[in-house]
Amino acid sequence: MLPLPKVAIIDYGLGNLRSIQRGLETAGASAIITHREDEICGADALVLPGVGAFKDAIENFKPLSQVVLNQIKSGKPLLGVCLGLQLLFTESSEGGIQRGIDVFRGKVVRLPSLKVPHIGWNTLKILKPDNLLFKGVPDNSFVYFVHSYYGDAEDSDDVVTTTEYGINFPSTVSRSNVFATQFHPEKSGHTGLCILKNFINYVKA
Amino acid sequence: MLAKRIIPCLDMKQGRVVKGVSFRNLRDAGDPVKLASWYDKQGADELVFLDVTASREKREILIDVVKRTADVLFIPFTVGGGIRSVQDIREILCAGADRVTINTAAVLRPELIHESSRTFGSQCIVASIDVKRVYVKDESQVSDKVVLETDRGKCWWDIYIYGGRQAAGMDAFHWAEKVVELGAGEIMPSSLDFDGTREGYDNVFLRELSERVNVPIIASSGAGDPKHIFEALTIGKADAALAAGIFHYGDYTIRQVKEYLAGHGVPVRL
Repeated sequence: MLPLPKVAIIDYGLGNLRSIQRGLETAGASAIITHREDEICGADALVLPGVGAFKDAIENFKPLSQVVLNQIKSGKPLLGVCLGLQLLFTESSEGGIQRGIDVFRGKVVRLPSLKVPHIGWNTLKILKPDNLLFKGVPDNSFVYFVHSYYGDAEDSDDVVTTTEYGINFPSTVSRSNVFATQFHPEKSGHTGLCILKNFINYVKA
Repeated sequence: MLAKRIIPCLDMKQGRVVKGVSFRNLRDAGDPVKLASWYDKQGADELVFLDVTASREKREILIDVVKRTADVLFIPFTVGGGIRSVQDIREILCAGADRVTINTAAVLRPELIHESSRTFGSQCIVASIDVKRVYVKDESQVSDKVVLETDRGKCWWDIYIYGGRQAAGMDAFHWAEKVVELGAGEIMPSSLDFDGTREGYDNVFLRELSERVNVPIIASSGAGDPKHIFEALTIGKADAALAAGIFHYGDYTIRQVKEYLAGHGVPVRL
């Protein structure tokens, strides 16, 4: 029997990571929660999670950011989720201007809608149905969002799905081996598990 | 398009579901984990667990239920009932719940909302408020309260604590605005006038609340049929509806409610 792909969920001290761990396990991976460099480098893939505010997150994440960037450059698959997506952008305006790790060019800005945070199930307009994350996921599928900011991607090639909440904002971005969702796949029921399985299948390949 | 959310609420006592469930095909209808999974399969958008255990000594039972639920549920769930401190909240969130609801503790010490939303994020903190109408003949007697016209007369809304047993003598709208200022991410109002009546929700209250605060509103209590839920989400302008009896007693399925809503132009996740 082949061993399960090892996914390291990067723990930089924010939020409960048990849900994403369970989601990845259900999707067919062996998932550890870690902030150790050796475990991050030894994993087959990385997940960058996050709940809360950008400012605290980027401060906590800084010690690990170079390691993670090197891993990304080496071609290791990485999935960013929610705040994790935002850390991958150039900068954020939440709590003052903070720099991200600039994997995706663009600024993280506040949603211009009346009711913020954007909480609940909203639909994905899948612009790139060939993107491996969305194999078997129908257009207009519902996924779960909880956020007040979004990544305003400068390069439209990076945008895989958009979602409407006052404006059409990028809900999934990807570039080569890096994928990131503004929604929570581990909280998006069957659709979310399908997306996680697709990521794990990519890792296995 | 953002869907309106349908959220079943499970009352739990010492780790078992109460409120007379009548699920014929479920082998153990008292097991909250099994029931949570079942509701998930039925199409629930989220779940709320309310712990009504009187004694706080049995807290480990609740934490165990939260852990076992988090292991099998891939939709958001909120836990409430007797939460008093930041430590209580930390335990429940670390056990795997996505959010907590706080009621009485926040009225007694509003700082708790500020502290917990700073520590865990606003999106983790739902302010639960129990409200009751106080009808007035002479508005000038209550000039500091928000008085509105209802089909039963003019009234203001008082906040109740300790499970609806004690009036706090506070205007509900002012209190709601305050908790949002302090950092609550959502508000879940429950009407003591309508709860359990199966006559609907207090839509006059809901609508005014929705227009005054900038956070999502989860309408709680009163649903007897899908039309009530429809009205709460449209006339009442709520973003989500909590329902207990209507689902637990098998009157309607979640799918039936959602199909009714979709048929009447309300965006739902089907």
